[in-house]
Amino acid sequence: MDPALKDLGDYIAAALPEEVTRVEDAYGELMLWTTPESLIKVLTFLRNDQNCQFRQVVDITAVDYPDREARFEVVYNLLSFKHNHRIRLKLATDEATPVPSAVLLFSVANWFEREVWDLFGVFFSDHPDLRRILTDYGFEGHPLRKDFPLTGYVEVRYDEDQKRVVYEPVSLVQEFRTFDFASPWEGILHLPGDEKAAAGEGEEGKA
Amino acid sequence: MAETQIKPLTLNFGPQHPAAHGVLRLVLELDGEVIERADPHIGLLHRGTEKLIEYKTYLQAVPYFDRLDYVSPMNQEHAFALAVEKLLGIEAPPRAQYIRVLYSEITRILNHLLNIATFALDVGAMTPILWAFEEREKLMEFYERASGARMHAAYFRPGGVHQDLPAGLLDDIAHFCGTFPKHIDDLETLLTDNRIFRQRTVDIGVVSAEEAFDWGFSGPTLRASGVPWDLRKAQPYDCYEALDFDIPIGKKGDCFDRYLVRIEEMRQCLRIMHQCIEQMPDGPVVVENHKVTPPRRGEMKRSMEALIHHFKLYTEGYHVPPGETYTAVEAPKGEFGVFLVSDGSNRPYRCKIRAPGFAHLSAMDFLCKGHMLADSVAILGSIDIVFGEVDR
Repeated sequence: MDPALKDLGDYIAAALPEEVTRVEDAYGELMLWTTPESLIKVLTFLRNDQNCQFRQVVDITAVDYPDREARFEVVYNLLSFKHNHRIRLKLATDEATPVPSAVLLFSVANWFEREVWDLFGVFFSDHPDLRRILTDYGFEGHPLRKDFPLTGYVEVRYDEDQKRVVYEPVSLVQEFRTFDFASPWEGILHLPGDEKAAAGEGEEGKA
Repeated sequence: MAETQIKPLTLNFGPQHPAAHGVLRLVLELDGEVIERADPHIGLLHRGTEKLIEYKTYLQAVPYFDRLDYVSPMNQEHAFALAVEKLLGIEAPPRAQYIRVLYSEITRILNHLLNIATFALDVGAMTPILWAFEEREKLMEFYERASGARMHAAYFRPGGVHQDLPAGLLDDIAHFCGTFPKHIDDLETLLTDNRIFRQRTVDIGVVSAEEAFDWGFSGPTLRASGVPWDLRKAQPYDCYEALDFDIPIGKKGDCFDRYLVRIEEMRQCLRIMHQCIEQMPDGPVVVENHKVTPPRRGEMKRSMEALIHHFKLYTEGYHVPPGETYTAVEAPKGEFGVFLVSDGSNRPYRCKIRAPGFAHLSAMDFLCKGHMLADSVAILGSIDIVFGEVDR
């Protein structure tokens, strides 16, 4: 990682020892972890501090890890024009825990947070206008969650009799197929017939 | 006379209005002819690109990037290619970098030509679009000769570009660079000093630098507000560091400045293209690591190993080490970023696409407030919206 960026990480961690829980180096990019409670404090610091000056939220998004206890990672990508730095701020949350909205600090967060709400169902508290944004009017579910099927649940068509667009459950002529081409040498640990080899030679046959 | 309470008029603009640049539905609350609130409804072109990419291998994800902002396809492939290269820890060979930069700049001209022309059409000038499309056609021919497709090229791949340029193409591009400045001049005689065009654009949709930061502006929209910020200079990628070009900036940040910045950017594009053609090195156009890029067809006829590599690459694809990166390029519309999360498998775990138009359009309410109804069209044209990238 760039030494200036590393110093910046140390500086922020020293200035906010309780709020910033972890500082990481991800492929040369600086990444900070925080909690929903201290998000606004950290963002305010990052925006206003002389050595940070992260004046723009470039992007707010989320990643879904269904196996984790707090399944969503909300990711803020910030940019400092003054110091020419990028930084990534992350926090973990779940369906029930709201994340405070950053709209008062950064106006652009409005739509980014609406998008995260729409696609992941992460709730932002104090958001002025938390409506769905990308999906259809009256859409149900949060499509970018890992447990939402790629084909979705409903499809639309224009009905000539009713003279309007109707919603129907998805009917596929062929079941949706995910081709998993992961290598048989790496992916499958036991091939059919392995047990015979194991019975004959003991430990050697297992692979 | 008794005072009557006048309710604000709500007007639906789009989604099938020619000046809506696609499928924008803009709900406007009007007081007479003055806009009090603008509420853009987007998502009518939402195709779930990010979800689809999660189900595709890294190579199969490339063509989706052409279809985001379909007037500047290659710049977006560039962002994805750079992000994957970063995670893989590889770097494209010099010739590939120059080809990519050359084509990124061709794409920038393609984009600005379309934007300026449709913007002019929106505010009442009919001729520019006819002239600009003729030039765009020439540029798309260069696209076709390099990649085989006029628009959806899928030409920039992680590791380099798909194929080397055919013989004679660079000469033709150089010839184009010689003739094109005349066309920019012609376009400017039609618009820059045109009284009607100025009346429609000067002092409309003024954005200060501070507001531009706050609303997430990037690219020409940010530079028009007087911020000398360009990722090609500030955080150079590929071979931009070796090239000499200027960053035009505006003074006021109104629609007219945004137009002027784009005009000047086209001239700078030509400078970059000239340098690329002159400095274009020889050598391979993709990394020679056949775990990532396919072997040549000739090789496959003779080498069993090459055949296996080819088969593995086009079925399973390559595995990308676990990690995540946010990689951004200076697309013609602004900062186009890809936030790529890999879990070590052959498919991206998450691929968030940061489209510049999304942030620009979110500022629509702020930009339109207090302006006349007709100005909303000028503002919309000047912030360069394409719905492929806004809705994803």
